[in-house]
Amino acid sequence: MDMLEARAIGVDRERMDGKLKVMGTAPYAFEQSVDRPAYLHPVQSTIARGRIHSIDTSAAGRLEGVIAVITHWNAPRLASDGNRELWVLQSNEVHFRGQFIAAVVAETLEVARCAAELVRAEYETAAHDVGFSAGRDDLYAPEAVNAGYPTDTDQGDAEAAFNGAEVRLDATYSTPMEHNQPMEPHTTIALWESDKLTLYDSTQSVHSVRTVVAKTLGLRPEQVHVVSPYVGGGFGSKGETHAHNILAALAALRAPGRAVKLALTRQQMFTLAGHRTPTIQRFRLGATRDGHLNAIIHEVVEQTSRFQEFAEQTAVPTRLMYAAPNRRTRHRLAALDVPKPSWMRAPGETPGMFAGEVAMDELAVACGLDPIELRVRNEPEHDPESGSPWGSRHLVECLREGARRFGWSRRDPRPGRRSEDGWLTGIGVASATYPRYVLMGSRASIRFDEGRYEVRIGAADLGTGTWTALTQIAADALECSPEAIHLEIGDTDLPNATVAGGSSGISSWGWAIVAAAQEFRRRHGSRPPAGAEASADTPEGADDETFAQHSFGAQFAEVRVNAATGEVRLARMLGVFSAGRIINPRLARSQLIGGMTMGLSMALHEESVMDERLGHIVNHDFAGYHIATNADVVNLDAVWLEEIDDRSTPMGSRGIGEIGIVGAAAAIANAVYHATGKRIRALPITPDKLLT
Amino acid sequence: MSPFEYERATDASAAVARVSARPNAVFLGGGTNLVDHMRLGIARPELVVDVSRLPLRAIERLPGGAVRIGAGVRNSDLAADGTIRSQYPVLSQALLAGASGQLRNLATTAGNLLQRTRCAYFQDVTVPCNKREPGSGCSAIEGHNRDHAILGASQQCVAVHPSDMAVALAALDATVVVLGRQGERRIPVVEFHRLPGSSPQRETVLEHGELITAVELPALPVAQHSAYYKVRDRASYAFALVSVAAALQISDGRVADVRIAFGGLAHKPWRAVRAEASLRGAPATEESYRRAAAAELADARPLKHNAFKVPMARNTLQMLLRHLTAGVR
Repeated sequence: MDMLEARAIGVDRERMDGKLKVMGTAPYAFEQSVDRPAYLHPVQSTIARGRIHSIDTSAAGRLEGVIAVITHWNAPRLASDGNRELWVLQSNEVHFRGQFIAAVVAETLEVARCAAELVRAEYETAAHDVGFSAGRDDLYAPEAVNAGYPTDTDQGDAEAAFNGAEVRLDATYSTPMEHNQPMEPHTTIALWESDKLTLYDSTQSVHSVRTVVAKTLGLRPEQVHVVSPYVGGGFGSKGETHAHNILAALAALRAPGRAVKLALTRQQMFTLAGHRTPTIQRFRLGATRDGHLNAIIHEVVEQTSRFQEFAEQTAVPTRLMYAAPNRRTRHRLAALDVPKPSWMRAPGETPGMFAGEVAMDELAVACGLDPIELRVRNEPEHDPESGSPWGSRHLVECLREGARRFGWSRRDPRPGRRSEDGWLTGIGVASATYPRYVLMGSRASIRFDEGRYEVRIGAADLGTGTWTALTQIAADALECSPEAIHLEIGDTDLPNATVAGGSSGISSWGWAIVAAAQEFRRRHGSRPPAGAEASADTPEGADDETFAQHSFGAQFAEVRVNAATGEVRLARMLGVFSAGRIINPRLARSQLIGGMTMGLSMALHEESVMDERLGHIVNHDFAGYHIATNADVVNLDAVWLEEIDDRSTPMGSRGIGEIGIVGAAAAIANAVYHATGKRIRALPITPDKLLT
Repeated sequence: MSPFEYERATDASAAVARVSARPNAVFLGGGTNLVDHMRLGIARPELVVDVSRLPLRAIERLPGGAVRIGAGVRNSDLAADGTIRSQYPVLSQALLAGASGQLRNLATTAGNLLQRTRCAYFQDVTVPCNKREPGSGCSAIEGHNRDHAILGASQQCVAVHPSDMAVALAALDATVVVLGRQGERRIPVVEFHRLPGSSPQRETVLEHGELITAVELPALPVAQHSAYYKVRDRASYAFALVSVAAALQISDGRVADVRIAFGGLAHKPWRAVRAEASLRGAPATEESYRRAAAAELADARPLKHNAFKVPMARNTLQMLLRHLTAGVR
């Protein structure tokens, strides 16, 4: 691959948007300046399944300041029901509790909300079913799991190999339903001007919102303009178009010429913005006494909504992590009356590697081996599933480097032996992995004018640093200083960009910029005239078919566990990652420790509690749904191996948005075991689980 | 949120008269709980009388060593007060264990006492709750009740009181000073909050229109040897699973004086009178502490998801008494 000469990339550089954000002047979707805004507040179903029998909007409609009340009786018709999540206010059917059943547009937010509370619905209630368990007799195999992976895989005879193994581990792990909950809620301003719709949206992909909204409303894509320059976090929940986008567009049709503003409340985000499925994972490992794996069996049960399928790829990382001649993976779904699950940071890898990496820790104990040594002994020479050579696999180096930095060699393997002032301490390790994705479909354009290069691509910055990293890449691609680059992102008026998801953003968009720069120089040379322009698409990687391309990492955690109260507190945590070239160390560290923090939060705190009688998330606010606070996040660091991956992208990078969370929860669970001797296989590890 | 009238009070008696005269009028202090409730539709007052600017912001030493805390004193200010920190450390620690820095900067002493349960069903107007809508049923008793009461609950309500500060005040035998239309009255903190019984909608003995003007701490030498421990799911910004406020004085190896209150176990701060009785005069040993905890928790009636609170409360009390014993010696 023709590699970029690194001048600006690889260099620590402050966020270009940092000052705007600190000063509060970076316009997020809800803050976009519009004339005479109107406000939208939704009404949600209070049953989980059934039909709306009648809906009384008269009191709401009489309230002063109400512009429109829309229900399925009077809502404009949609064109496509291809995505049932987006079939908003089109029928009287209720598929989950909290579904939109009406909405109020009013002159103020307060009036809209007050009026929404006055809308009264009568239902024909049907029995709902939200009971998630592995014992259901209606579990089914989806055709494929998320990102297009096969549902089941088999190599050799895993069952027989397991049964005949010298050392056998058979354990069941569970992870709860979780919600992404970015700081900025899902927000849309919708404005119709004749037959054109503008959406100021908080999204991970302006172009996919345009495509999906246009299709759902029966518009041509050119009729929809999506603007999203700054996004306050997404973690996958803003990767897809959700029902609120459609609701805002419909409501704005009833308020002609008005910009209609909708921000979901925190409580609404527990229903209307996707969630991570709960999982129940049975893991079986068969090994020789000296720790060589002979069988790996990973069987996953997870949930989907009944009205629209989403199948998380939980067992997929198990297919590549360790060598074993006999292996089997399974995914089975329970279709329930719940909102549609969706992407949440490293879907698949995050829950799957929790189970797999705790299972490896348990096997290490069973074999009497150091957990790092066990992993090293099962390091596969090539991708165990496809037989393809690795593009770059440095898992063992990550484990060794982490062990050195963390002081692993001083670890006494015996659990429950160390105590200080009533607190037991322990350390744990886990591996991490995440696929290298480059998505096809992005295009960048470059125009030279007044001594600077205008670089345009509809990319997204979720707060992660896209503005800065793409500027650095463009500078090197054009062999100029970053100051000579004028970047534009986050707008469908710009060339098409793929989603900020799958840790693919910088790789995919950056490569399009590199290709456009090459095209620009080919056409216009190094002394271009004013107005010179060129554009190019992200090219297909020449090595993509040949190599198995993944990032790897090692997570180390030390915890303290109060022997009297069961409270678990992190003492320190270190992640060592191999992710190709790091475009900007400052931003990368922030991304990686952010992922690790989310993993800590998953390990100890996060759990969306379903009340099966109501079909309802009980703890649907930040008092009830615990996310790690600053006080929980102490002494946490991320480092990486110096690496340039010339098989991945011309920048040498592979993407870092997700790998930081993978394995983090397992490292903490393993540290808790080391501290206490108690193996907690169900997340989160809350004090009650250690007291009983 | 429903429309409401807002008035700013300049005089306590006038504020009392104003609220007393309107059945659906409320006082507004720091607003950290009431405003949430108004947004969620739990509270729909017609008139809000803002008492946060009344001159009730002083912490005063009274003759004889007692301390009078104005109702409007912010939680942050109270926690940082030198007298409180040295003479009643349990109170300062309890305050700092509550909420977040931002909330403590707003929350008032009176408002903290009056905050309502964080039971998730109470806070959701789409589900039944006897506290919110008497007679509608309790969703928690057969629902998700990990956070709920193990002592003093009723078939109508199993909610717990959320305050940390109030737990310390209960241990310290504080008194609530209240102004009503008939003048001032004084209520011991331990009698201020109610158990739910058959009327869980009433959390305190306050009558409508009565305004808390101060909280008084008695002179209490044992309070100098006091501490608060809050067990919670994360290191900050979480309500107590279990908390313990304790003060302990040991003389000649025996418990000379002791005060204990639990949080997170009941509809009110739970003054542990049985544990105290078991400890008074007993040897200051682990065995005595174990017995005291067992005596207090003998009547615990855990629900489906909160059986852990029994060992957690026992262990936490023993740990705190051990800690105080070590500090005293």
